[in-house]
Amino acid sequence: MAEQSLKQVLTGPIFANNPIALQVLGVCSALAVTTTMQTAVVMTLALMFVTAFSNLFISLMRHHIPNSVRIIVQMTVIASLVILVDQILKAYAYDIAKQLTVFVGLIITNCIVMGRAEAYAMKSAPLPSFLDGIGNGLGYGFILLTVGFFRELLGSGTLFGFEILPKISEGGWYQPNGMMLLAPSAFFLIGFIIWALRTWKPDQVEPKE
Amino acid sequence: MSKSNDTMGKTLGVVIGLCLVCSLVVSGAAVSLKPLQKLNKERDTQRYVLEAAGLLDQANGDVPATFERYIDARVVEYDTGDFLPQIDPRSYDLAMVARDPASSAKPVNDVASIGRRAHYGVVYLVNNEAGELDTVILPVHGYGLWSTMYAFLALAPDMNTIKSLVYYDQGETPGLGAEVVNPRWKAQWAGKKLFDETGELAISVVKGGAPAGDIHGVDGLSGATLTSNGVNNSLEYWLGEEGFAAFIDKIRQGELNNG
Repeated sequence: MAEQSLKQVLTGPIFANNPIALQVLGVCSALAVTTTMQTAVVMTLALMFVTAFSNLFISLMRHHIPNSVRIIVQMTVIASLVILVDQILKAYAYDIAKQLTVFVGLIITNCIVMGRAEAYAMKSAPLPSFLDGIGNGLGYGFILLTVGFFRELLGSGTLFGFEILPKISEGGWYQPNGMMLLAPSAFFLIGFIIWALRTWKPDQVEPKE
Repeated sequence: MSKSNDTMGKTLGVVIGLCLVCSLVVSGAAVSLKPLQKLNKERDTQRYVLEAAGLLDQANGDVPATFERYIDARVVEYDTGDFLPQIDPRSYDLAMVARDPASSAKPVNDVASIGRRAHYGVVYLVNNEAGELDTVILPVHGYGLWSTMYAFLALAPDMNTIKSLVYYDQGETPGLGAEVVNPRWKAQWAGKKLFDETGELAISVVKGGAPAGDIHGVDGLSGATLTSNGVNNSLEYWLGEEGFAAFIDKIRQGELNNG
């Protein structure tokens, strides 16, 4: 891995090296929490927090982690941070925590967090590792918010719960697209995003085998 | 990566040290945030009780005070319908009690797939300004498509006329089953009757839409047949013999009028 500037570390994962679109990690939660913008935003913040701090702590300990148990050490740090996030959400944002509880717990198994800890934080200094965590959180958030925008707008006619397209059932004109509310629509949308990104940055296209 | 990291001593040291630090952080957060979380949960329940009672607008943001003023929570024994004044409803944790074999049992006819039912439940009596019984709120729950759905069923003192059915915790498909919280769907429940002339439970969610003027039917949720069935099953269970039937009889006989 070539030396990168801190700015590249932070902004690279948003478009150039997006964790979902290029590395295809963390797709399951991208399907689950994108039916509304609100949950997508909270999930993004929670994941960003966990990735940034797990990267930071693992980077701080990287010279002392025995190779044989490194995955377990990473999991312990990540799991502790996830529980911390869950507890804080329950205490300060109860309504959102009620909707997200299961998915916040699942951050533990989100491949992005593990992937960045193993691939980056284990061999980088604390500051770049922290920024790498934030950057990957942003990249994850970019996909989540884009998918969430279309799913909530087309599926429910609202954005952040505010009515944009008045639905027929509420006396308006818009017939909501039910498929947008189901998980498969996120696959289609992520597919479109990957297509758009690779058209814009052709170097992301894998060489033909 | 130096080789010394892989000795037995170092490995054990790192793992034990890390576990200690992590467990301190996690338990510290859990303990220090517990009171706040409990308060949130109580506020949340109170909010939905007020919504079921139709008092949410009146509460105007001050949920605890309004709840305190109008709502009388009581613990009830399902089998006899008797109140149990010795148990404080605020400290009675239904979810925990229902898991404990000493205070709960498997339902004989578990139509709503609830798994276990506690011997005692909580009901909320809503009094009006004059102190007369205005609404009785019964908590009901049952399995839908993906999740156990929890609701408050608000009844008029005749224990037959529905005032509202408010779902406060469910994980059904957004836009389909989760429409149980849609205000338009909820509005249909007001004024419907639970029982027919013979006293049989007649209320039901009707797939494809209830005929106009049907006092026992509510339109099914389109695209959410299993959630609609779950609503039916919940009501069937909780208004039946194993649910609040005994309590409903007691109220009908005017138990509360005599104090």
